[in-house]
Amino acid sequence: MPKPDEPGYYKHEDLLSVDYRPPRTDWMDTPVDFRRGTYCYPGKVKNLKILDLPNAREWAVGDDDWKLPDDWKQTVLDGMAERLSKYRSFKLFMDICVRCGACADKCHFFIGGGDPKNMPVLRAELLRSIYRREFTTLGKVLGKIAGGRELTVDVIKEWFYYFHQCTECRRCSVFCPYGIDTAEITIMGRELLGLLGLYVNWVIEPVANCFLYGNHLAIQPHGLMDTLEFMVDDIEEATGIRVDLPMNKKGAEILFVVPSGDYVADPGIYTCMAYMVLFHELGLDYTFSTYASEGGNFGLFTSHEMMKRLNAKIYDEAKRLGVKWILGGECGHMWRVMHQYMDTMNGPADFLEVPKSPITGTVFDNARSTKMVHLMEFTADLIQHGKLKLDPSRNDHIRVTYHDSCNPARAMGILEEPRYVIRNVCNHFFEMPINTIREQTFCCGGGAGLGTDENMEIRLRGGLPRGNAVRYVQEKHGVNQLAAMCAIDRATLPTVCDYWAPGVKVTGITELVANALVLKGEKKRTHNLRLEPIPGMEENDEGAIPSDE
Amino acid sequence: MRVIISLVVVAILFALGWLGATLGMGRIVLGVVIPYLAAVLFLGGIIQRVMSWANSPVPFRIPTTCGQQKSLPWIKQEKLENPDTAIGVIGRMILEVFFFRSLLRNTKSEIVDKRRVVYGSELLLWIGALVMHWSFLIILIRHVRFFTAPTPYCITLMQQAEGFHKLGAPVFYVTSFLFLAAVAYLLVRRLGSPQLRYISLVNDYFPLFLLFGIAASGIWMRHVARTDVAAVKELAIGLVTFRPVVPETIMPLFFGHLLLVCVLVAYLPYSKLCHMAGVFLSPTRNLANTNRMKRHVNPWDYPVKVHTYEEYEDELRDKMKAAGLPVEKE
Repeated sequence: MPKPDEPGYYKHEDLLSVDYRPPRTDWMDTPVDFRRGTYCYPGKVKNLKILDLPNAREWAVGDDDWKLPDDWKQTVLDGMAERLSKYRSFKLFMDICVRCGACADKCHFFIGGGDPKNMPVLRAELLRSIYRREFTTLGKVLGKIAGGRELTVDVIKEWFYYFHQCTECRRCSVFCPYGIDTAEITIMGRELLGLLGLYVNWVIEPVANCFLYGNHLAIQPHGLMDTLEFMVDDIEEATGIRVDLPMNKKGAEILFVVPSGDYVADPGIYTCMAYMVLFHELGLDYTFSTYASEGGNFGLFTSHEMMKRLNAKIYDEAKRLGVKWILGGECGHMWRVMHQYMDTMNGPADFLEVPKSPITGTVFDNARSTKMVHLMEFTADLIQHGKLKLDPSRNDHIRVTYHDSCNPARAMGILEEPRYVIRNVCNHFFEMPINTIREQTFCCGGGAGLGTDENMEIRLRGGLPRGNAVRYVQEKHGVNQLAAMCAIDRATLPTVCDYWAPGVKVTGITELVANALVLKGEKKRTHNLRLEPIPGMEENDEGAIPSDE
Repeated sequence: MRVIISLVVVAILFALGWLGATLGMGRIVLGVVIPYLAAVLFLGGIIQRVMSWANSPVPFRIPTTCGQQKSLPWIKQEKLENPDTAIGVIGRMILEVFFFRSLLRNTKSEIVDKRRVVYGSELLLWIGALVMHWSFLIILIRHVRFFTAPTPYCITLMQQAEGFHKLGAPVFYVTSFLFLAAVAYLLVRRLGSPQLRYISLVNDYFPLFLLFGIAASGIWMRHVARTDVAAVKELAIGLVTFRPVVPETIMPLFFGHLLLVCVLVAYLPYSKLCHMAGVFLSPTRNLANTNRMKRHVNPWDYPVKVHTYEEYEDELRDKMKAAGLPVEKE
């Protein structure tokens, strides 16, 4: 019998019979139902202690007593007041929502689950009702009639539940007539919970690991070397080329930063191998770093302060190693941090140079202050200059679709670069329906630190809109691979695809590039980086490239 | 319940205005004191509200990008959906404020045949909101004629453009009826959808009933009860020139209309209606996506505790050396 943390526990017809009717009781009078499979486990004491976080103690979500500090209420109200005065976004988004409901069915968790508190508007109202009661004139005088409510322990429990059912994907903010961004609300909600020591372990453990060891997975330097050396061996087996593994190399031109998921998780590891293949072929003077071995930043899912604490190592390491600029791999939320926060939090990066591709001479003027370039910008530029010898027919057995990751799409707008790269390395590329891609892309359902198995029901429900769009192109175009430039996608979408669109595998984009890339001195490429035989490239059919059209 | 409270409050307010005007001192209170009070509450409230937003800084540059970024020169940037210049941002804000660009994207999702999620275009809310806001603006501008003598030419022109004549009857203004219809639609929409009803507060129904009451009483006075327009103008000009007079010939019904208007004006800054001012300050819309081009400074930035490279190497030096990695200190 499968358990609630396994996809097999959930029947498709059950998950698809979404009941969108709200409960009979008013939302303020409807307490949270903590059902297994729909919440994440609490942060462990040791992790909170590593990070000097308050109220470290053993507790469980199912307990009646969450062991909040005695003055918890004042702590939360003071925390709200502080944040209202520090963030215009928060203050404004508390005030101007008209509850038009345009955001309601834009959230993947609402579409797949039907819980009204997963409508972005109501998620924000969970906080807004307290704001109205405690911080506005009308709310103080009129109370409930003006939409205010008392801050109670049940409200805190509700916050914990629903602020961990938001992946901070910002899809709702695209549709909001005032640009109200639920990610801002959720970030504030989680910061307030953090003041009481309420964290999710699947977030706070990676944070603690990252703080001590430089990456979310607590891979120590020698372990990282071992891991990457295995990859070097596999690359040699697939291509006949032994690539170099530059690590902590002082004086390299470029510091290369990736999400740590790419070191150990299938299929991310193939993307990591592909990075090394590409850079070796280019003869790029770059280095990985063990100290800055994580571009991802679960601090973003914890608090602004934690994000800054974890992000500091990127510039620090770039400075220590004396590189000229920074290149970033395929990751989603990492790029929200790098693009929208890093320079402000830990800059100025005045010790670096404006990034310039040593291969094409292109100056990345759009990154002139932050000095960090996205690998897809870098690769698109290489292809456009004809610097890569590509044989896309090696990917002819792949019928690929592309999943825009939330943060690169809605916090950067890097939409065309990855598509340009895919079109140049794959002959069979098919887009998913327009309402599910680009700025309207759907989250994988496991972002913002929710991709843990104990949260399986919510992940599958949240993954429905994406999974369903994948199945659409699978049925219509025979799509068998989904490309994504995000490590969380590569970790969670295999589950979503296996469940909602079985038969579709997940890949990084650079993996497709490296498989199509004709390397100097390579052996006949009969196997891809996964060491699977490439159809039509078997040993015997010299020169004949069959087509599947 | 929330609907009934809102409706009853608006009805009571209207009745207070109407009946109050039949009492001796009522006309002075309703025609002079309350309008001035409302103006003070409005001005004070909106200034306080905008200042409170302005006093909270924007520590991070967090635009929501809705199109291709500016990156490589041969990739076409979507300059309005993802602007990187002040002009682009102004364009984006114009589209947002005047044409409700984001609402235009609205879709409706549905699970069909218990297997497929489908998305359809859903423009009714956009149309309803656009008609309501634009008609409101035009009606408001049209009312300027009560406060000015002579009436500015542009307002006369505007009135001619939207009005149509029927012999012997007052000119019909299209926007009055469009406004009433749009408000009614927004109300019906809010009541008709179970989800929307679930999230709606008194704060949502009350302004809709208020607007409906204002529009309905206005139309009633123009086309049915035929109020003394010249007298109303005398009152209005008296108010703006600070020499208030309340002419005897103004009918009590008008004071019902006026009281609702005053309540709306006074309520605006303290309610969700302040979105009117707030939309301009929304950091996901009014910031250019120049994040990696220009440094954005956080005014309250402070140092945080980090795990330095030195600490990291101290803890892991032996392992680093064993793996053949260079270290700073032997």
